[in-house]
Amino acid sequence: MQAEKYPRKTAATMSYINKPKFKHPQMQTNDIGLTRRDYEGTLTTLCGGCGHDSISAAIIQAAAEMSLEPHRVAKISGIGCSSKIPSYFLSKAHGFNSVHGRMPSVATGANIANKELYYVGVSGDGDSASIGLGQFCHIVRRRINMLYIVANNGTYGLTKGQLSATADLGSRTKSGEESQFDNIDMATLAIELGASFVARSFSGDKKQLIPLLQAGLSHKGFAFIDVISPCVTFNNTDFSTHGYKNTWENHIALSEVDFVPMREEITTSYAAGKEKEITLHDGSAIHLHKTGNDYDPTDKENAMHHINAHKKQGKIATGLLYINQSTADLHELQDTVDRPLNSLGDQELCPGSKALNDINNTFR
Amino acid sequence: MKPTDIADPDYFHKVVDCQWACPAHTPVPEYIRLIAEKRYTDAYMINWHSNVFPGILGRTCDRPCEPACRRGRVEEEPVAICRLKTVAADYKSDITDLLPQAPKKKNGKRIALIGAGPASLTVARDLLPLGYEITLFEKDALSGGAMRTQIPRFRLPAEVLDEELNYILDMGVNCRFGEEITSMRDILAEGYDAVFVGTGAPLGKWLDLPGHEEAKDNIHTGIEWLASVAFEHISSVGKNVLVLGGGNTAMDCCRTSKRIGGKEVSVVVRSGFEEMKASPWEIEDAMNEDIPILNFHVPKRYIVENGKLVAMEFEKVRKEIDANGRRQLIPTGEEPAILPCDDVLCAIGQENSFPWVERDLGIEFDQWEVPVLNKSTFQSTHEKVFFGGDAALGPDNIITAVAHGHDAAVSIHLLCEKQDITKRPNPLTNLSSQKMGIHQWSYDNDISADFRFAVPHADKQVTLNDINVEVELGFDEQLAFNETMRCLNCDVQTVFTDKLCIECDACVDICPTDCITFTQNQKEPKLRTNLLAPAENDEQDLYVSDLLLTGRIMAKNEDLCLHCGLCAERCPTNAWDMHKYLFNTAKAENACQS
Repeated sequence: MQAEKYPRKTAATMSYINKPKFKHPQMQTNDIGLTRRDYEGTLTTLCGGCGHDSISAAIIQAAAEMSLEPHRVAKISGIGCSSKIPSYFLSKAHGFNSVHGRMPSVATGANIANKELYYVGVSGDGDSASIGLGQFCHIVRRRINMLYIVANNGTYGLTKGQLSATADLGSRTKSGEESQFDNIDMATLAIELGASFVARSFSGDKKQLIPLLQAGLSHKGFAFIDVISPCVTFNNTDFSTHGYKNTWENHIALSEVDFVPMREEITTSYAAGKEKEITLHDGSAIHLHKTGNDYDPTDKENAMHHINAHKKQGKIATGLLYINQSTADLHELQDTVDRPLNSLGDQELCPGSKALNDINNTFR
Repeated sequence: MKPTDIADPDYFHKVVDCQWACPAHTPVPEYIRLIAEKRYTDAYMINWHSNVFPGILGRTCDRPCEPACRRGRVEEEPVAICRLKTVAADYKSDITDLLPQAPKKKNGKRIALIGAGPASLTVARDLLPLGYEITLFEKDALSGGAMRTQIPRFRLPAEVLDEELNYILDMGVNCRFGEEITSMRDILAEGYDAVFVGTGAPLGKWLDLPGHEEAKDNIHTGIEWLASVAFEHISSVGKNVLVLGGGNTAMDCCRTSKRIGGKEVSVVVRSGFEEMKASPWEIEDAMNEDIPILNFHVPKRYIVENGKLVAMEFEKVRKEIDANGRRQLIPTGEEPAILPCDDVLCAIGQENSFPWVERDLGIEFDQWEVPVLNKSTFQSTHEKVFFGGDAALGPDNIITAVAHGHDAAVSIHLLCEKQDITKRPNPLTNLSSQKMGIHQWSYDNDISADFRFAVPHADKQVTLNDINVEVELGFDEQLAFNETMRCLNCDVQTVFTDKLCIECDACVDICPTDCITFTQNQKEPKLRTNLLAPAENDEQDLYVSDLLLTGRIMAKNEDLCLHCGLCAERCPTNAWDMHKYLFNTAKAENACQS
């Protein structure tokens, strides 16, 4: 049989194939008639087994369950493996893949122009803890209402596995180089700089990650989630503190988190004293089930203490680390008009010389 | 749950739904891939070894594979498996060199086969290459049994039938055709080493209603009437024809009537349209030929005028479900329906019948006059006598008869080799990785999203005027290719190695149908509801691993797996790999090799 006679291709074929459109026949649709599959993006081009793919999958699941309208979401990222993630979820959302370490600037600008969108910034340890550390500090300080995710693998995967600034002291690269510096802990940094929602999670643990993403999206103010997301190719060895094995063995949830969307009546009940409920501004709620250590995520000093105490023992404290709902976001502090600035017309933005004179008169 | 034992030959076999459902367990996806590659001859031979009559079955099979097809669960319609088989048969090249030969030197054992239908011919096909001397008895002048007498030529052309019958007869069978057997005692007296009875279910049922005696010249049983048409003893029928019954024989009767003079041909059934036993596609074909099907009509009497049948009376009924959940037909109280007719064809059932088997030979029959058999060996209570096909377990279909034939041939071979015939040979299985590169597989996993393609039909004006013109034209090569690309390759299995898994969730995240879950081990019913997507189809297994690093297990719902291989492509450690599972039932030739 001649190969050219084959109608389409030979039996052996290159993949990746496109992900088949067939889905589970009983797949649920959410309140706006979409299934989880409708929140997918393009097929990933990251290495198989990359933690970042699990983060995309968790965002897809979180958004579908919350019935987010994809066109009301803006995805913004910088450079790096992490910053490719926005391609792989919510293909119907807005997106901006910006310059290395400059995602915060673009997110700030976008948020100022249109405060009505859900902003999801995705960055990595290189993008946010090295080249973009300054930008990171300032977006936290400016209290932009957004969800900022760092996909943290402790290595520069895209440049083949050098140590990053979040690599723990003593952790080694695949080629054996040992980290001689203390790591930058993004979570304590965010708490320090005034973030009003700080969490840490693990890409492998969606049961924890999904409710945290949902809470972060619902939180009004700057929400930060540091997600340990192993680099399967360059930093998944037994002597890395960011690999699957170490993270599975050493991540300790300070409390178990459930997210209850606002439309749902809260029906689950737990034994008294075992649970804490935090109602968010949009009416949804976080339920925290205590896991033994009496953890209070509203106490800043306590949060810093727990994170550091766990770290000293080689453990990673995860879950909702800190929340403060009384902090105003940038728009409140700046007292901007109720309508998004990008919806204002020429008349409102340029009210004419009389209005200018009136303003000037107030300074005289 | 306990970890799944994939070494059990049935485990992955069951995942190949079509093959599992097929009585002969034909490796369907394997031959569909060969058709896609235009390797029609190879595709045909896989079929031939498994089901003996690919060309015939491609046109006539009851298709137990198609309702089982996974495609029907993830989309709407199954792959047109049966008609693809026809493609393999129609486009193949000469296969005579590929057929097994009967050795010139015989093994000295003589076997008698009674009835030249699919069951007996399968036994002959399996035993001839092993050196057996086969004597085939048939009351008709030609072989084929029900395939010749009950299936009309516009569904199964004579040349297709003869070709596949001759592949077997040409191996060297002593044919004693046109010889009606009247005594099993006489057969046994001829000293055969084994006797196989494959006489089918030749007794059509009559509907004995008032007026039957006067009208009997114009009342026929469906199967006998079809046989008479097949042998050209009957070449015409009255203008008005009523066909009673809702099975496939009724569909063949009405369509045959239309072709030999019936103008107003109707099918009348007692119960509802949905309860008809005929295959949906055969009902559809009859309706396409403008044959009305009247349901909820209970026949009451034959109406005879001047000594001739002129009509039948029917009571109109409706369906009700009684308190016990049983269906009842309740008269509606309307005027009875009087349907004019010149001929009535009763296609209301058929039975096997053994008036020629003396009851003092040690061959026991049960209270329904059915032979007492071992259901896996097909041996009767007489050591040397075996039954198969409709003769064994009552009316079924060709592919079941073929499966019986294979099993009986194994039994006969074991018997003649003086081995324990209840120790059945293991199936022939092979499980091997299909990985050819990082993202490269030896099979095409890029599955078409097309809906099922319809088989083109010949012009109705032509087919209705010539009983020998085949109605279905079959797929052309392009249509056949397009249809093959709908097959999900369910025989390419997802094989999981728990020791390699690092629990990164890559497989969970990529799976299009949410088959894979990592969770705490639980009892099966609970586990089924706690998966990422609940596994509600209890007929489909869960594939469960041993404990992993985190103390969880991997549980995969086999029900909706597309076998796309994306889990294995995304898996960084090869914990998932795609392995092709080939399964073939053992035939007589494999029975005595241990």
